[in-house]
Amino acid sequence: METIQNKAGDEISSELALVQAAKKGDLDAFSELVKRYDRNVFRIAQHITHNEEDAQDVVQEAFLKAYTNLEQFQGNSKFYTWLVRIAVNEALMKLRRRRSDKTVSLDEDVETEEGSMPREVADWSPNPEQLYGQSELGDILKKTIQGLPPGFRTVFVLRDVEGLSTEETAEMLELSIPAVKSRLLRARLQLRERLAKYFKSKRSGDGQP
Amino acid sequence: MNCKDFLKELTDYLDGTISVTVREELDEHLHWCRDCHVVLNTTKKTIEIYRDNRLYELPEKLRNQLQDAILTKCRVTKQTGKSSS
Repeated sequence: METIQNKAGDEISSELALVQAAKKGDLDAFSELVKRYDRNVFRIAQHITHNEEDAQDVVQEAFLKAYTNLEQFQGNSKFYTWLVRIAVNEALMKLRRRRSDKTVSLDEDVETEEGSMPREVADWSPNPEQLYGQSELGDILKKTIQGLPPGFRTVFVLRDVEGLSTEETAEMLELSIPAVKSRLLRARLQLRERLAKYFKSKRSGDGQP
Repeated sequence: MNCKDFLKELTDYLDGTISVTVREELDEHLHWCRDCHVVLNTTKKTIEIYRDNRLYELPEKLRNQLQDAILTKCRVTKQTGKSSS
């Protein structure tokens, strides 16, 4: 236990050292930070934009912006929290550009009854992993999460896919903690409801949804 | 505690951020409400399936290209002086 704590402590202090070095212009140090987080930033950006080209742009722009504004990073929060905040904003801008309504915002608290009272109450059996091949399952998961409002899916990805805390997610998205919690609940319930169409127990002979 | 109350607490229940008293009430409800039991299990599964099947992994080749592009741009910024800080 002690070793784990020490390891986590070391990682934070080494991250701070990398940030300090990068601030002084050490590009190798910044390169380490890129290698540490580029996969996460890409995943988050893909989930928000649904577009690989846009997600690649977001990765580049977010790191470049972080580099040029490194002076503004105070070190009150983790570098990663600060970086993701930049990346989320970049990703939302891309999304707005591609959508006609231009009103994409994390603040919009989408009023929807969907999933608020579960309709699908059949258990999932056998396991979805046994029911579908990996690539087919991946397609179902992508299609399903894409249907969620951007604010919901962003909160879900940060909390449940990336495993960040409610507090970190709130800081990254500049939302209150109750707002994060309420979006997370609705995101989880909506995803569950939509996935149930594919995964709920079927009697033999039933077709695909 | 009814199903609506249960749903309200579902996220905290799943995340383990709930008081002992509320947890006991929820467990009591779960004991006799089959629907909420299924909703709890399938919500848990929803989270697990997204966590385990990481979508959108960055392919290694593309990753290298992106890293090169980022560092090249940073180098240019460094040489031309910081633009916006």
